[in-house]
Amino acid sequence: MRDYWSMLFVFVLATFIGLGVIRKVSRLLYTPLMSLTNAISAIAVVGSLVVVGADYPQTIRILGAVALFASMTNIVSGFLITDRMLKMFKKQ
Amino acid sequence: MIHAIGQLSAVVATALFIFALHWMSDPKTSRHGVFAGVAGMAIAVLATWIQPEIVHHAWILVAILAGFLVGVPLSRVPLTAVPQRTALSHAFGGLAAGLVGTAEYHLWLTEGPENFTTFRMAALVIEVILGFLTFTGSLMAAGKLQEVSWIPQRPVTYPGQNFVNLGVLAGAGVLGVMLVLNPMAPWGSAALLGIIGLALLFGVLLIIPIGGADMPTVISILNSYAGLSAVAMGFVLNSMLLVTAGALDGSSGLILSIIMCRAMNRSFTNVLFGAFGAVAKSKQIGEAKVWKQESPEGAAQLLEQARLVVIIPGYGMAVAQAQHKVRELYDQLTKRGVTVKFAIHPVAGRMPGHMNVLLAEADIPYTALAEMDEINPEMPQCDVALVIGANDVVNPAARTVKDSPIYGMPIIDADKARTVLAIKRSKNPGFAGIDNDLYVQDNTWMLFGDAKGVIGDLVKQFAGGGIH
Repeated sequence: MRDYWSMLFVFVLATFIGLGVIRKVSRLLYTPLMSLTNAISAIAVVGSLVVVGADYPQTIRILGAVALFASMTNIVSGFLITDRMLKMFKKQ
Repeated sequence: MIHAIGQLSAVVATALFIFALHWMSDPKTSRHGVFAGVAGMAIAVLATWIQPEIVHHAWILVAILAGFLVGVPLSRVPLTAVPQRTALSHAFGGLAAGLVGTAEYHLWLTEGPENFTTFRMAALVIEVILGFLTFTGSLMAAGKLQEVSWIPQRPVTYPGQNFVNLGVLAGAGVLGVMLVLNPMAPWGSAALLGIIGLALLFGVLLIIPIGGADMPTVISILNSYAGLSAVAMGFVLNSMLLVTAGALDGSSGLILSIIMCRAMNRSFTNVLFGAFGAVAKSKQIGEAKVWKQESPEGAAQLLEQARLVVIIPGYGMAVAQAQHKVRELYDQLTKRGVTVKFAIHPVAGRMPGHMNVLLAEADIPYTALAEMDEINPEMPQCDVALVIGANDVVNPAARTVKDSPIYGMPIIDADKARTVLAIKRSKNPGFAGIDNDLYVQDNTWMLFGDAKGVIGDLVKQFAGGGIH
């Protein structure tokens, strides 16, 4: 069992890193930023992957499968549309 | 060994995600960010998939395939529909968190009580509440943005609304505390169902009183919630990777919310609990002033004689899909030696950065786009300010009328330009229902009609020989 205090610690540090990095993001790119962070937070996929894939009761795995589908949709559409938008930003 | 690969991949993926966001600081490097994000995601997924406890591969393949089938079309929506798509993806993120939380609770019930530490159980309750309220809240927001017929567009308010909303949330909170204290109680599953129901209801109630002008803020807040629900999932599943990635998403949503709130001179609580539309039905005192209408020929002449033209786009440009016509106008004017700049208000449109993306889609170089703070000092030197479907963000009442709902909101100083041309779909007030004195100023000329049509007419004046 992992020490929860260290997880809280990581959470706080990651939030500060996030605030620092996001503050420098170009104002032109707020819309693609949102779809990019959305795709990244769909890392929840690793959680659902375990729930679907492990040897658990069927009802639980069904919940996991729906969650996996939802996260996967976010990953696919999030990265694709971010790239599609970023391609359009040209200097001249 | 295989477990160590899992841990290592989590560290690498976290680093890649931070790089991805770092590269978003400049449009030139931004596409590297996508590759870093994809790489991080692929590494994390594969490293999880090869873990020995994963035995049912067929189900995983089917779910991933389904994700692709829905995700690819969702990424090809027209750019005017990006706010809806974003809201929808927040909904999916919330749903995933809520479902995994529910699944984990039932798993722990069968697997044994040693999982039910107070900390983990509290994280689970927070995950479920945040996940499901983000789910329905974002669905409602997406519905409003898509203008689905059975979701009211205008803010819906009733007496005691905040009391009801907070009551529903408090109900979920009380059930949550009971469950954290007695996770193994026989009524545990029922209590969790109750929490889910109340969270779903709260998400709907939260969005009902919110109007379109507040959508940029609300989408940012829901973004933050979706990130935080992923963090809570990380605590539940003991996953540092989920905690860090969720924290990055959550802090991004937080910063965007703060920027949006500042750009409207409002607080979080005011956006969420102080319905904009309700106060906006202000009195119609004072003599009704009259508009002065201008013909396309006259407007084209004004534009042609200008040295500096500042175009101020708003939601009306998005609705009319006028960005490509705007590009043609931009070309015609720059060809004639007119300097054209675009003034972008942070809350113009329906989500942060909405206008920038639409103009970039129309191939307008991003060097021509200026922020509100950069452009305002230049406005007195501006010969023609061309307002395209923007309203509240150029309303001088924000500076002068103390009892106006938008008083104090920073605006683009279109009224300080030598001449103002304003394109407006109808003679009705804007979304917030507030009169705009800009339109009846001495130096303002109105062009009524759909933005695409009006700008098309202007372009014809330049191309067709009326002006040469």
